[in-house]
Amino acid sequence: MLANDLEKRISFKRSISNGDLVIVYEKHDSMKAVTVSEGSVLQNRFGVFKHSDWIGNPFGSKVFSNKGGFVYLLAPTPELWTLVLSHRTQILYIADISFVIMYLEIVPGCLVLESGTGSGSLTTSLARAVAPTGHVYTFDFHDQRAGSARDDFERTGLSSLISVGVRDIQGEGFPDEFTGLADSVFLDLPQPWLAIPSVAKMLKQDGTLCSFSPCIEQVQRSCETLQTCFTDIRTFEVLLRTYEVREEKMGTFHGDGNDSNVSLPCKRRQCSDGSYVVSTTISSVMARPCGEARGHTGYLTFARLK
Amino acid sequence: MSSSTTSENNATSSNNMMNGRKTWEGCSVLLDINDGDRLVFARLSNDAKLKIGNKNYSLQPLIGCAFGSVFQAESGPQGPFLFHSLTSSLQGNNTEEIKDGQVNVESRDNRALMDNNTAQSLTGDDIEAMRRQGARGNEIIEALIADSATFERKTSFSQEKYRLKKQKKYAPKVLMRRPVARSICEAYFKKYPTKIGFLRVDTLSLLLSMANVSSNSDVLVVDMVGGLITGAVAERLGGTGFVCNSYLGKSPYSMDIVRIFNFSDEICKRILRSPISNLLSQKESPEQILQDANVCNVESQSNDQMENTDNTNIPAKRVCKAAKAGEKAPQEIIDSWKENGFSSLIIAAPEMDTWTLVKDLLPLLSNSAPFAIYHQYLQPLATCMHNLQLEKMAIGLQISEPWLREYQVLPSRTHPCMQMSAFGGYILTGTKICSSS
Repeated sequence: MLANDLEKRISFKRSISNGDLVIVYEKHDSMKAVTVSEGSVLQNRFGVFKHSDWIGNPFGSKVFSNKGGFVYLLAPTPELWTLVLSHRTQILYIADISFVIMYLEIVPGCLVLESGTGSGSLTTSLARAVAPTGHVYTFDFHDQRAGSARDDFERTGLSSLISVGVRDIQGEGFPDEFTGLADSVFLDLPQPWLAIPSVAKMLKQDGTLCSFSPCIEQVQRSCETLQTCFTDIRTFEVLLRTYEVREEKMGTFHGDGNDSNVSLPCKRRQCSDGSYVVSTTISSVMARPCGEARGHTGYLTFARLK
Repeated sequence: MSSSTTSENNATSSNNMMNGRKTWEGCSVLLDINDGDRLVFARLSNDAKLKIGNKNYSLQPLIGCAFGSVFQAESGPQGPFLFHSLTSSLQGNNTEEIKDGQVNVESRDNRALMDNNTAQSLTGDDIEAMRRQGARGNEIIEALIADSATFERKTSFSQEKYRLKKQKKYAPKVLMRRPVARSICEAYFKKYPTKIGFLRVDTLSLLLSMANVSSNSDVLVVDMVGGLITGAVAERLGGTGFVCNSYLGKSPYSMDIVRIFNFSDEICKRILRSPISNLLSQKESPEQILQDANVCNVESQSNDQMENTDNTNIPAKRVCKAAKAGEKAPQEIIDSWKENGFSSLIIAAPEMDTWTLVKDLLPLLSNSAPFAIYHQYLQPLATCMHNLQLEKMAIGLQISEPWLREYQVLPSRTHPCMQMSAFGGYILTGTKICSSS
C-alpha cells in the first residue's frame, strides 16, 4: 500500500500481478478490496470478471466482465482502504484521521501508541505517517478483533510498521516497556480518563495525546483528568461538507437580441407587439452542497504533556 | 533521543534536530506570547531579540531549552529578561475553586459593580516604582488584586478573567513551540491568511492524506502558498522520496515557509524545483538547463521576511544555517519521474486556472495516483471536476469543504467557542485512471 515497498509502488512500469491487493471501483460509493488470484473470478451486478484478465494491466485500468460491464482497478491507499475495510467497530473517517495525524505532529520515525485498534482504519494512516523508521503499537482488549486487524495489516503490507497487542488499556494501562518513549498516543476508548495517567507515563516531554469520544460527557471527564499532567488541552469537531457538480441548462430572456454575446443556440420569436425577443439556453457548471452529510463523528481532544 | 545543546554538536546531530525536543543555537522556533495573542517566528541566537510591549528581551535564555517551555518576561537590574518558569500556570490557586464551583451555585454576581474607574487606587507611577524596587510580575498582580475594591465581590469566573488580564500586561509569558506543519499553518492562518491562500490546518491535513503523501513517494506540487505545501510534504517524506515544487514560466514561486521548519540536510535535499515545461518536455536543450539554473540561484538568495516581522531581529550570523532546500531538479531525476510517473499531485495555486493546470499535469502521474487540489473558491474546482469527468481522466472525484469547530470545555460551562473560522477552503480530490482504454 505504501511507496516504501519499492517493488509494489505505483509507476508507469508497474502492472497488476497475481497476489496483488486491488480496490475494485464501481462507483464512488461502491468499492471492494480484492486480492488478485489467477483462476478466481469477481461476480457483481455488472457480470463476471476473471482475475486472469486483470493480470498484466496497469493499475487504474478499466476492465470488462463477460457481459460487457466494467469496473476500474485501483492501487490501494489508506483512504481507499478506509472505504472498503470490513467494519468490526465504528471507524474513524478521513477528516478525523487527517486532522489527528497533523495535530499529533506525527512524522516519519515517530513511535505511536493506540488503543483500541477497532477496525484499524486510523492505524493504517498512522503507519503511513511513521514509515519507514517509526512504529505503531496498537492495543485492543478483544482478542478476535486484534487478530482480524493483524490479518488486515498483513494483507495491506503494513505489518512491519504495526504491532497489534491484546490488552485492556483502560484497566492495565500501556505496557511499561514504552515508558517515556512515545511521541504520540491516540485513545478511542469508552472511558479514556482511566487510561490518561498511563498515557502521561508513556509520553516523551512535550509529547502529544489525542482522545476521540463521541459524547461530550466523555470529553468533559477526560479534560478534567488531563488538567493534572497536560497542557494545551483543546477540543475540536471536524466534519466534511461535500459538493455535487452539475452542468445545468438555463433559459435566458432578452428584450433585444442584438447585444447577445452568448454563442449558444438562439431562437428568435416575434412577440404580439411586433418586437423581437431572443430566448437562449446557456449551460453552466454549478456546484451545491450535497443534501445529506455525516453530522457528527466524535470530539477530538488534544493535549501535550507538561 | 539525544538533543544537542551546544553548537559543536550541531553538525553531527543534524538528523536528530527535526525531532529534537530541545532547541539549539540557530534553531527556528515559534513563540506564542500570552496564549496566542501574538505569534512570532524567530531564530535563536545570542543576539536575537524579542520585543514585547516597549521592551526588548534577549532570546539567549531560550537556547538549549525544551520545546513547550514557558518563559516569563521580567524586569531586572540589567534590564528586561526572559525567565524560564517551571510552572506554566499563573491562575493556579484559582482553578480549584472553579472546579468546586461546578455544583455550588455561584452566590456572587455583578449587580453591585459600578464602572466608575475608582476601584483601583494603584497608579501607573506606583507600579513603575514597584518595578524599580525589583518587584516581580506576579507580585505586581497580587498588589493590584489586594488594592482592588471590587475583586472580592466578583464571581470566581470574573476573578480569573481579571487575573488573566493583569498577567498579560504585567507578567507576559512566552511559550516556545516547535515549528512544524501544524503550528506554522495555524500561525500563518491567524497572522497572514492571504499569504497561504486561506488554507486552514485541517484543510492542509486533508490535502496530505488525500494525496497519499508517505515516505519514499515522489510528490508533484504546485505551491503558490509560500512553500507551506512543499514544507508539509517534505516533513511527511522524512528525508526519503522527493517533493517536486514545480512552477510555470521562468521564476519559481516563493518558498519562504520551508525555511521555518527545522529541516535536516537530508530533508532539504529532497525538496527540488523544476519548471513545469521541463517536466512536460521530451528532451531538453542544454541552454535551457543553464538558464533555469541561474533563475533558481537568484531566487534562493532572497527572502527571509517571516522571521523579520513582529520585531524580532534576525541574527547577523547563523551558527547553524538552514540548509538550502529547493535545488533545481537534476535531469536524471526528472527523467526518472518521466519514466515512472509521480506518485501523487497537490496543487494550491489560487492564481492559476485550475483546469488547464490539471489537464497538463495529470499525465505526469502514475496511473491510479491520487491527487488533491486546493482552492479558496468553489467555481474553479467545479469546472475542473466537470472537465475531468467529461475527458474521463479521473475517477472518485469529490469536492469537499472541511468544517472545524473548537469547544470550550469547562465544568458546567462547555460550549462551542464563540468565535470560529467559518471557512478553510475547498478541496477537489480524485484518482487518475489510464487514458488509453
